[in-house]
Amino acid sequence: MAQITIDKSCCKGCDICYAVCPKKIFVRSKNRNHYGTNMPDVREPMECTYCGMCQRMCPDGAIQVTREEEPVNEN
Amino acid sequence: MNSLYQSYIRTEALPSLFCPGCGNGIIQMAAIRAIDGLGVRENLACVSGIGCSSWIPCYLNLDVMHTIHGRALAFATGLKMAQPDKKVMVFTGDGDCLAIGGNHFLHACARNIDLTVVMVNNYIYGMTGGQKSPATPMDAVTKTSPYGATDYPIDGCQLALTMGATYVARWTTAHPVQLEKAIWEGLENKGFSYIEVLSQCPVQGGKNLYGEKEPAAILKKYREMAKEGEITLGRFAQNNQRKEYLERVEQCLATQGWEES
Repeated sequence: MAQITIDKSCCKGCDICYAVCPKKIFVRSKNRNHYGTNMPDVREPMECTYCGMCQRMCPDGAIQVTREEEPVNEN
Repeated sequence: MNSLYQSYIRTEALPSLFCPGCGNGIIQMAAIRAIDGLGVRENLACVSGIGCSSWIPCYLNLDVMHTIHGRALAFATGLKMAQPDKKVMVFTGDGDCLAIGGNHFLHACARNIDLTVVMVNNYIYGMTGGQKSPATPMDAVTKTSPYGATDYPIDGCQLALTMGATYVARWTTAHPVQLEKAIWEGLENKGFSYIEVLSQCPVQGGKNLYGEKEPAAILKKYREMAKEGEITLGRFAQNNQRKEYLERVEQCLATQGWEES
C-alpha cells in the first residue's frame, strides 16, 4: 500500500495534483495549508499505481509517495 | 516534503516566491531529477539572469550565480572558460534570453560552447506585471498590447538551430518525463544545448493570454495544442559535427606553442 503525504508547509493549493493523478486519489478538502488556501486530501491510497506523476508535477515538492511492502501471507 | 526535493533545496529559503501553480516548480523538479540521475551534483554550477524563471536555481543547494538582466549566458561563458571541467547550466526566461540577452544568445550558439540552457517560455513578462515579451503570440492581449500584439513572435528553437546549437529541444511543463530526459541529454551533450520549456503563468498570463486561468486547465490546453500541431514539440537537433568552443581554443593555442600545465 502506498503511503502518500502532503506537506502542509509546502503546498500552495494550485490544484494541479487533482488533474494529473490517473486514479483521482487526491480529493478536495477544507484543510488549510500554511499558504492559506485549501489543500488536497488523500482518498484510498490502495489504488495508487506508483506512476509518480504527482511528485513530478507538484510545483512545490509537497507530495511524497512511498511504497510500503505488503505483508506476505504465510499460508 | 518530497525527499529528493528536500535533498536538493535550500529549505531555509522556503516557501519559494513562485505563485501557486507556476510552471517553474515543475521545471525545477525535472532539473533536480536529471541532475540526480546523472550524478553530476558536485561538478555543476548554475547561472541565471533576471525574471521569475531565473529564481529556479536560487533555491537549489548547488553553486549558483544570479546575474544581471540578459547577461546570464555571458557570465556562464566566462565561468565555463575558467572552469572547463565543470558542467554549467543556465536557467533563463523568454525576456531574458530573447529580448535583452538576444545578442549573447546568438553568439553563445554560434560559438557552440558547452552550456546547457533551459529557456522557460511563458509568453509574457510575469515578474514585472504582464508586459508583452518577444515570444508573445500575435494578437495576444497583454498590458502593453491592449488591442492585440502586432509583432510576429520569435521562435527560440529555430533561432538556436540557425545559429548552430548542437542540441535543441522543446517541451512543455505538461510533459515532465520528456523534459527530464531532454535536460539529461543536454547535460550529456558536449556543445551548446538549448531546451525550451513552454511554461504557464497563471497569474499574469492567465488573465487573457492562454484563455484559461486554472494551472491544470492551461496544462491540459498545452497537451491539446501539442496534439493538434499548434505547437511543435520534440528534439529538433542533436549533432556532434561542430567542434566545441574550448577544444577549438586549445587547438589554436597549441599551434602557438602553449601546453596545458
